[in-house]
Amino acid sequence: MRHNVYIYILIMCGVSFLLRALPLTLIRKEIKNKYFRSFLYYVPYVTLAVMTFPAIMDAVSNPLGGIAALVIGMAAAYFGAGLFPTAIICSVIVFCVEFFIK
Amino acid sequence: MDKSFRISDAKKWFLKGLRDGIPIAAGYFAVSFALGITARNAGLTWYQATLASLLCNASAGEYAGFEVIASKGSYITMALITAIISARYMLMSITLSQKLSSETNTLQRLFVGFWVTDEIFGASSTVPGKLNPHYNYGLAICSLSFWALGTCLGVVVGNILPAVLVTALGVLLYGMFLAIIMPEGRKNKKVLILIFISMALSFAFSRLPYISALGEGTRIIILTLLIAGGAAFLMPVREENSPEKEDSAE
Repeated sequence: MRHNVYIYILIMCGVSFLLRALPLTLIRKEIKNKYFRSFLYYVPYVTLAVMTFPAIMDAVSNPLGGIAALVIGMAAAYFGAGLFPTAIICSVIVFCVEFFIK
Repeated sequence: MDKSFRISDAKKWFLKGLRDGIPIAAGYFAVSFALGITARNAGLTWYQATLASLLCNASAGEYAGFEVIASKGSYITMALITAIISARYMLMSITLSQKLSSETNTLQRLFVGFWVTDEIFGASSTVPGKLNPHYNYGLAICSLSFWALGTCLGVVVGNILPAVLVTALGVLLYGMFLAIIMPEGRKNKKVLILIFISMALSFAFSRLPYISALGEGTRIIILTLLIAGGAAFLMPVREENSPEKEDSAE
């Protein structure tokens, strides 16, 4: 089956818009169910962690560079390095490993 | 409140948003450049990728979406993955709906919703008192134009950069993901443990026979439902420790 890129994009933006806009327009009261609230709360951390590893290792040609970037990036972010610095630190580590260790 | 006062208030908040959006824009520019490279690898043209960035305004969501396009996944997979990965925006929108005053009309709410990102949520949910939607417009217009520009340049320039540099830039996204999850892990040790469990299971799933054949997108959905669902059941967040309250206390 052949897929159209614009339909993919439409689905992407449609779903993410609905998820963002519906709560703001429809739900004016707070959700009370603690399990659903907890699930929503945990989702981003689980998803992003799953997406980061082992992908960070598989995305580079030398897996050691990916692991070094992961460990140092996690430590930097843990101690409050912030979005931009953490991203740059990971990138520079991978660059150095790829460039100097073949 | 008299009308002219409200208009100048809107302008003040809009300008403050533009200013506060500058550091976010810098981060977005670098990260979206890497996203553009992912889009190019998935076979998207520069205008398709830019359109996706202008309409979706989502880092992890777009990244996963481009992966689905690259792997020629079904439309249902695309909808499911987008829903799973963007589920956090629902919670953010619920939080922001409590921050907006009852005067905020539906159109304004739709615009605030359209532009909910991790960083815009972070900046706007920490505003003292009620939130003026024009602050979100300022933040969004400043930062997300660089998001779209970076995506565009990533597609266009990505293929003339040396491979080593492209690989290194591609890692920016993972660094950004770490920067989103680790600060919460520091505040809440349960989250920290979940991060480690998630990475360990993700590694296992990617290497195990049969399961690894499911494809990355499907594995993300299964692992998220399994781990976040299990965590919500086993250690539900207590009310006095709810994410909203933690965020607003920052």
